[in-house]
Amino acid sequence: MQKLINDTGVLDDNWTLVEDIESELPSGNILVPAPYWLDNRDALNARGNVGIWLASDVELAPYLSLISSLPLIAIHFPAFANGRGYSLARLVKERSDFSGELRAIGDVLLDQLFFMRRCGFDSYLLKDGLSGQKALDFFSTFTDPYQLANDLPEPLFRRKHTAA
Amino acid sequence: MYKYDDYDQRIVDERVAQFKDQTERYLAGELSEEQFLPLRLQNGLYVQRYAPMLRVAVPYGLMSSQQVRKLAHIARTYDKGYAHISTRTNVQFNWPELADVPAILAELAEVQMHAIQTSGNCIRNTTTDQFAGVVPDELVDPRPYCEIIRQWSTFHPEFAFLPRKFKIAVNSHLKEDRVATLLHDIGIKIVRNQAGELGFQVYVGGGLGRTPIVANLVKDFLAEKDLLTYLDAVLRVYNLNGRRDNKYKARIKILVKALGVEDFAKLVDEEWQHLKDGPGTLTSAELERIKAHFVAPAYEALSDHDSTLQTHMADNKAFSNWYQRNVSQHKVDGYAIVTLTLKKIGTPPGDITDLQLDTVADLADRYSLGEIRSTHEQNLVLADVKKSQLFDLWQAAKQAGFATPNLGMLTDMICCPGGDFCALANAKSLPVAEALQEKFDNLDYLYDLGEIDLNISGCMNACGHHHIGHIGILGVDKKGAEFYQVSLGGQSGTGASIGKILGPSFARAEMPNIIGKILDVFVESRIEGERFIDTYGRIGQTPFKERVYAKAN
Repeated sequence: MQKLINDTGVLDDNWTLVEDIESELPSGNILVPAPYWLDNRDALNARGNVGIWLASDVELAPYLSLISSLPLIAIHFPAFANGRGYSLARLVKERSDFSGELRAIGDVLLDQLFFMRRCGFDSYLLKDGLSGQKALDFFSTFTDPYQLANDLPEPLFRRKHTAA
Repeated sequence: MYKYDDYDQRIVDERVAQFKDQTERYLAGELSEEQFLPLRLQNGLYVQRYAPMLRVAVPYGLMSSQQVRKLAHIARTYDKGYAHISTRTNVQFNWPELADVPAILAELAEVQMHAIQTSGNCIRNTTTDQFAGVVPDELVDPRPYCEIIRQWSTFHPEFAFLPRKFKIAVNSHLKEDRVATLLHDIGIKIVRNQAGELGFQVYVGGGLGRTPIVANLVKDFLAEKDLLTYLDAVLRVYNLNGRRDNKYKARIKILVKALGVEDFAKLVDEEWQHLKDGPGTLTSAELERIKAHFVAPAYEALSDHDSTLQTHMADNKAFSNWYQRNVSQHKVDGYAIVTLTLKKIGTPPGDITDLQLDTVADLADRYSLGEIRSTHEQNLVLADVKKSQLFDLWQAAKQAGFATPNLGMLTDMICCPGGDFCALANAKSLPVAEALQEKFDNLDYLYDLGEIDLNISGCMNACGHHHIGHIGILGVDKKGAEFYQVSLGGQSGTGASIGKILGPSFARAEMPNIIGKILDVFVESRIEGERFIDTYGRIGQTPFKERVYAKAN
């Protein structure tokens, strides 16, 4: 059973990931493939309870102006060493009006959680077998990182001068 | 040099704790081989032919004597008593135990050192001119910008898993390029614009490896304060658009080539418009803070003509040879820059023992303000030596085995560790270097030949920079046997170019004679004062080819 977490605890996962559109959509909250949503936006918005998941090789430009009212967007990591999702996360959070939850799915391991949170992810569907409790330690690896990112609006060289 | 503040120290200390935990989880079976691999690589830890290899970062090649003593201690305690200077000015240990690596990192952290991002598909150690800050004709000291880039790139959350490795070099010299700027993913030249403002020319997409390419200019003037926002834009464009389907096509050079430099520059500029003048913009307070770590020391007012030096030169041919080859001009009168060569015959290029490391640290304390630099040609530099003390320094260096007066000569080769140590290599490189050093050990002949860069790589990854050697040697695998391909005409300076392959490859035993034939053609064809690379440029490859591949009868 895969654990869903955020940076403070283990969460209940009440979204169903629809990997491929076969015939009928499941009931309840569903995460559908982004291209399918783009083609069927009116119907899906009328249905409600719909979020989208982005493949790691997605061309993001067509989506950025359309996603403001979605409750949940997931970015898929096909392999943990494929880091395209980090840039996608920052663009979704920083170049659109999206204000919902951004989730990392796929090959989501522990040692990458710190970077993922910094890039704007809010929740993480851990790879099967990983402990949600243990994962929580991995959000505080570094106390004061150098760079600005989605979590810190200023780089260290501005932050520490403000502090002083 | 840059001294850590509490923030810098905490980041390195937290890294030690993080890697200790990762290693323990790997050894306990909680992290798979595949999951641990990129984590250990980002900490400079390779698993090699016989043991792990640990690459310690030497940011832009600058070390204190205290740090060098620590490296000596590590070589003695955790390794077989020696270390290796890499072509990225880092220091490698070839024999540590994996379980000892966390302890080594903790020792390094005590002297403000680490192994962060010395390997893996992330932003690597930034390099610069080994004579930075002390050489005449430099626009400004490039090292503050290297340090600014170091901090920005250290654990950058967005760029830890790029399509491929990423290397940045900075040059600030008005006439020379000792850092192969244009053969980097990003090459930065520090310039002034017509208004006299300081800034950067940014070149992108250079590199060696399988597809050697000279970088293209993508920004002809970038203001000083905009350095990091622009780098963020370049890296983001690369991270989003670089290929991940084929590791041989994943470097940014392939992306720049595929898009064309104009379209690539346009993409970067569009991205940069979002970041420019934002909070990532450098403040003058930060620029001043970093620059303050690199202010020139209080040099004594000395005459540039030291009479005892002149006497020693006249009396001692060996000293005079060394002075002419291994000592460079300092910007301050009465001082000199000394290169200690690690190219003694019978020793792999770049190797240095623990005792030599201790000796270098002592020499630096005694003669050169306690600082040491490593060079991409795998030598060490003492940058602030009084001319009046050169003779004493030479005697001590000679005794320790690093005063071979061959800097810039044929036998001052760049060479990767090759098949003797490296799991990637197709062929051994060190025995070729040694055979060449033995054949060409006559100093008068070497001086007569003049400056020649001879670079050897054991495989296509080109760690030995064979593409940019005037003479390049590449180890190749031919049906399980080790062969060597020769290329001519590469160079790394301001006129950077990629060498051209001469023809079919040779067996190892043939190599000294083949290089001998190439040198013969040069000696017969040169015009007074020409270097090898100049003669090659004038007469082309054909005469060399004809001689080397002439039928035996």
